[in-house]
Amino acid sequence: MSEAWTVAGSAIAQLVLFVALAPGVNGVVKRMKAALQGRNGPPILQPYFDLMKLLRKDTVVSEHASAITRWAPIVYASAFATAALLVPALWWPAPLGGWGDAIAIVGLFALARVALALAGLDAGSAFGGMGSSREVAVAALAEPALLLALLAVGWRTGGTDISSAGLWVNDHAAAVLAPSQLLALVAMFVAVIAETGRVPADNPDTHLELTMIHEGMLIEYSGRPLGVLVWATLVKQLTLFSLLIALFVPFGMARAALDAPLAIAAFGAKLLLLAAVMAVVESASAKLRILKLPELLGAASALAVLALVAELVVG
Amino acid sequence: MPGPLPDLVLTWQLDGLGAFFAALIAVVSGLAAVYAVGHRSHGPGFRGSGLLFALFVLSMVAVVLAADAFSFLAAWETMSLASFGLVLTDHRRSDVRRSAWMYVVMTHTATAFIVVAFLTLARATGSLSFADWSARSSGLDATTASLVFVLGLLGFGTKAGMIPLHVWLPRAHPVAPSHVSAVMSGVMIKLGIYGLVRLTFDWLAAGPAWWGSLVLILGAASAVLGVLYALMEHDLKRLLAYHSVENIGIILLGLGTAIVGRSLGLPGIVALGLTAALFHVANHATFKALLFLGAGAIDGAVGTRDIERLGGLIRRMPGTAICFLIGSAAISALPPLNGFASEWLTFQALLSLGRSGVNAATALLPLLAGGALALTGALALACFVKAFGVSFLALPRSPRAAAAHDASVLELVPMATLAAACVALGVGASPTVALIGALVPSATLGGGLALGPFDTSSGRLALPGIALALACVGGLAAAAPRLLGRVSTRVGETWACGVTLHPIHGYTSTAFAKPIRLMFRGIVRPVRDVEIVRRAGTRFAASIRYRAQVAPVFERYVYRAVTETLVLGAHLVRRAQNGSLQTYLAYLFVALLATLVLAR
Repeated sequence: MSEAWTVAGSAIAQLVLFVALAPGVNGVVKRMKAALQGRNGPPILQPYFDLMKLLRKDTVVSEHASAITRWAPIVYASAFATAALLVPALWWPAPLGGWGDAIAIVGLFALARVALALAGLDAGSAFGGMGSSREVAVAALAEPALLLALLAVGWRTGGTDISSAGLWVNDHAAAVLAPSQLLALVAMFVAVIAETGRVPADNPDTHLELTMIHEGMLIEYSGRPLGVLVWATLVKQLTLFSLLIALFVPFGMARAALDAPLAIAAFGAKLLLLAAVMAVVESASAKLRILKLPELLGAASALAVLALVAELVVG
Repeated sequence: MPGPLPDLVLTWQLDGLGAFFAALIAVVSGLAAVYAVGHRSHGPGFRGSGLLFALFVLSMVAVVLAADAFSFLAAWETMSLASFGLVLTDHRRSDVRRSAWMYVVMTHTATAFIVVAFLTLARATGSLSFADWSARSSGLDATTASLVFVLGLLGFGTKAGMIPLHVWLPRAHPVAPSHVSAVMSGVMIKLGIYGLVRLTFDWLAAGPAWWGSLVLILGAASAVLGVLYALMEHDLKRLLAYHSVENIGIILLGLGTAIVGRSLGLPGIVALGLTAALFHVANHATFKALLFLGAGAIDGAVGTRDIERLGGLIRRMPGTAICFLIGSAAISALPPLNGFASEWLTFQALLSLGRSGVNAATALLPLLAGGALALTGALALACFVKAFGVSFLALPRSPRAAAAHDASVLELVPMATLAAACVALGVGASPTVALIGALVPSATLGGGLALGPFDTSSGRLALPGIALALACVGGLAAAAPRLLGRVSTRVGETWACGVTLHPIHGYTSTAFAKPIRLMFRGIVRPVRDVEIVRRAGTRFAASIRYRAQVAPVFERYVYRAVTETLVLGAHLVRRAQNGSLQTYLAYLFVALLATLVLAR
């Protein structure tokens, strides 16, 4: 029974951590991007203010919308929040790691994607359909890359269990620079860019109808449901960042309560570094035409396969 | 060598594998029969097809009960002919007759391969009894065994709808009545899988590793191409038929893994692969039958299967919509439903095979197959967002779609039962897998191989836990914002840049699939045809006709060559048939001489 309480406590703690931290991470990325582009940028806490405002606002629902529009934000949020509990962040192992592995994470992302893509089609507007159509097309390319990269990293420890794959790297620090690890890192980084809707796959800041993907699906949402969707998307981003950290640079994560200060410092530092990398990538590249994306994401899949080959050959 | 039919006694036997398939047949056919009673808009040929349907179901059960080659073939042929008759239900339409003709030709070609495979086995073992084949399988020489395997793969693969032998499937399924499509797609094509499992695990001893590798390659090709072609479709039942090709591919990935595992002598891999394959067989039977019944309900209510002319049905047909949504989610492999559970198991099987790798080359194939499976899953998701979203959401795009009524209770109950099964088999994946393991005991698998319990240390999945977490967090996401106070909801217009929203603003099936069609244009070869009629003397268009379709690659490049060769051969033979009695007498004389010389 005490084990069940440990799992529940760990899950609640991680849920609170992710929900609380996710907007801040995006604030940091935006601030860094602004700095790189010679602007002042919004305060780091701005995403929190925005979310609080959205969650207090009344909502307008399309007269053509069905129950799908009402339920989609809930499913979307619960899928991402559940996925967040399958990834180790501050401590080993992941709170619900015993219930789901890398494939379950990809499956939960797919669940969220279906919910939002259907909501995009629900109101009958062309923008929503455009967003949904592009979202599922990009995801069709990003998902194999993500899964193959996850398999490549987890290869030594049995494949799909995130915590054991991360722990292995933790205990074999030299493996960080192994060819398979580096190739998989690049593959997964590209997949994460596509999954988080960042440049060059999508532009999180655009509201120009013809270029947007993710924002297109949200176009009919307003007020509180929009706030839930935005917050959930931020949790997804933090989940993917944590996944990168846990699989490629997991050092310093806590195994006991005493490790907590170090774990918090290490996680924060790694998140800052990752945010900086994202800001640089977003500032340095232009959004790709959607029909060019297969080349980028296909290359990511190929790199993931190469990572597996490297793992098989080098050992 | 014994005579061709030493003792013509039909023998029957029920073992675990047969019971598994018989149970699926019984459940799906039973629900489809209830649905057929409730279905409102049967074509004129429906009267009298009840007997044929009963014969069809009976013959399918007989296939899995057959204990010797003769009974098997008798049942198999009855099944093929009965289903041919059912496809022909609406026989007054010429397209139905053409499709049914295609089906009967393909299914008989398949039977021909199976007959040759059986005769080869019978000759090698001196018996028609399956038990004897199983007992004497180790005595077969390698070439004969491989020949039998290839013939069986061609024969059973055609019935299963494996690429490139799938061409009958997207033609026959749409024209059959929906409850028949549900049974054909849900269980009949699975009997091809049943035959393959029997062939590779019961009748033949472990073969060379290329057997399983070939199945893996064909499975990956079927999965990816099946779903890509499905995405290009806007006929709801053709779309579902292509998804059957895809799912057969996924089943073949599990089966291929098991076959390779058997060749390499790895019982753990065999158990994992075979369980994954059989579990997916059961899952596909539930969600595909559900989706076909749903498509039939739409067809009955709107009078068309063309997704482009549907839309907005969720308001008119809420019961059908919920069932179809659950089926779509299950086939798109979304947790915590059953499609996800069996695809997860297939991934684990492929991964375990890769990890057990004898060398890097054997490890790579299962991993590439895993990548293909991931691509398939993501594309299937895209396809069902399209199928559900364009049919049920947005505004109705035809008057009949705007006036549709929900399915009758007798139609809804089977659909709801199957939808419940999709959830139950997903959340209850562990007991189901254990049940499959218990149903298929080592006796049927030859060589002392047993299904389950298998090594799952490589990855963990507890769908009840995931479902619980989803429910709890979903409840939180719904409840927590309320702490910030009450907000009101106002109903407004959909944003359409300031003009009044019109049904044509919504995305159609063709438009939805366009990015994928362009991204994979190298494979699906889209053809687009734009015809602009301009007003005289201006640049303005009076009318624009847009037609987009994909080239029928397999029909054009594979089947045309085959039919052309056949026609050419027929022309050659015709020269010998000159109608002169003397010539025929000469043929008889030559044949007699040849017989005397050869049989001397």
